[in-house]
Amino acid sequence: MSIRDVAADAYREAVPALVASTLGGLFAGVVLGGMRAELRLVPGLLVCVPALLATRGNVYGSLGARLATGLHQGLIEAEFEADDRLVAAGAAAMANGLVASAFAAALAFCVLLALGRTVAGLGTLVAVALVAGLLSGIVLTGAVVAVVFVGFRRGYNPDALVGPLVTTIGDVFGLAFLVVGVEVVLGVA
Amino acid sequence: MPEEWTVSAITRATLPVLLGLTAVEIGSGLVLGTFEATLYRYPSLLVLVPVTIGTAGNLGSILASRLSTAMHLGTLSFAPTDDDLAGNALATVTLALTLFPVVGAGAWAATGLTGTHPDLPVWTVVAVSFASGAALALLAVGVTITATYAAYRLRLDPDDVVIPVVTNVCDVLGVVVLFAVVQVLV
Repeated sequence: MSIRDVAADAYREAVPALVASTLGGLFAGVVLGGMRAELRLVPGLLVCVPALLATRGNVYGSLGARLATGLHQGLIEAEFEADDRLVAAGAAAMANGLVASAFAAALAFCVLLALGRTVAGLGTLVAVALVAGLLSGIVLTGAVVAVVFVGFRRGYNPDALVGPLVTTIGDVFGLAFLVVGVEVVLGVA
Repeated sequence: MPEEWTVSAITRATLPVLLGLTAVEIGSGLVLGTFEATLYRYPSLLVLVPVTIGTAGNLGSILASRLSTAMHLGTLSFAPTDDDLAGNALATVTLALTLFPVVGAGAWAATGLTGTHPDLPVWTVVAVSFASGAALALLAVGVTITATYAAYRLRLDPDDVVIPVVTNVCDVLGVVVLFAVVQVLV
């Protein structure tokens, strides 16, 4: 294929997913604007927001890319069955997502403490991050497997679907579940 | 290249990079915290933050994902004349130039829909979005190709390394570029 063909092909494939992710991103912006109350209740949470949202994109984007490559190479089949490789990939994603969420909260706490800024308790920040991480992990694992498999079966290149859709779902659910996390943790405490 | 699909193998390949990137993102969060006041003053810029950062990261991750698959299939060579490389880079820039004006208009409209009085003229928000998007697309292409090449040289699986690096670097650059552009245009 010539450069122009490759570019046109890549452009056409990317547009639907990017438009969907743009709408999702705008929605995430509106959610972010609407959760200022929760952000004020847990000082330091705003500093965690990019890290927590990126963790969703990182972990589940990587899961999606792994599944896409696995499908391309014939390592896995686009079947909704408890395949060993599929289960291992999903479990690893969930575990890594939780570890990274707790790490983000703990690191933000330490940095803010060192800078002398106002910050919520370490336990509160970590608990909020873990609750949000667990809930968004469940949703995202299901969404990634579904999107990649259904996309692959319908003849789309899963590579073009994974990044944007994961980031979008991750941002919207990531922020919404942070609100849930704040409410659950402050409700229990 | 790790082909073993077990929890421990995937974790070994992913977690160190993931924790490093998380630390970088905390830096991005600190930058965001510094500009909190500006964002609260101009709500349409606040709405623009996730979509600008997200779209930049998406452009990078689409490019990274396509280059990664081309690399796995053995059809990629790292030369400026390589069709896969140049074509995908061109598509990334074109996508940014066509999408970001719409993103700006969308953020402006979404701000209006939330009941907040539009704080900036629509053209200002469109200009901020377009300028940020153009700068971010070029940065995303540079970062993606560099990261993919590094993964190739270090014999790492680009699926594990490149997409996370690209998305996170685009996140941090997104915050920085957006505010540089705001300084100039608003």
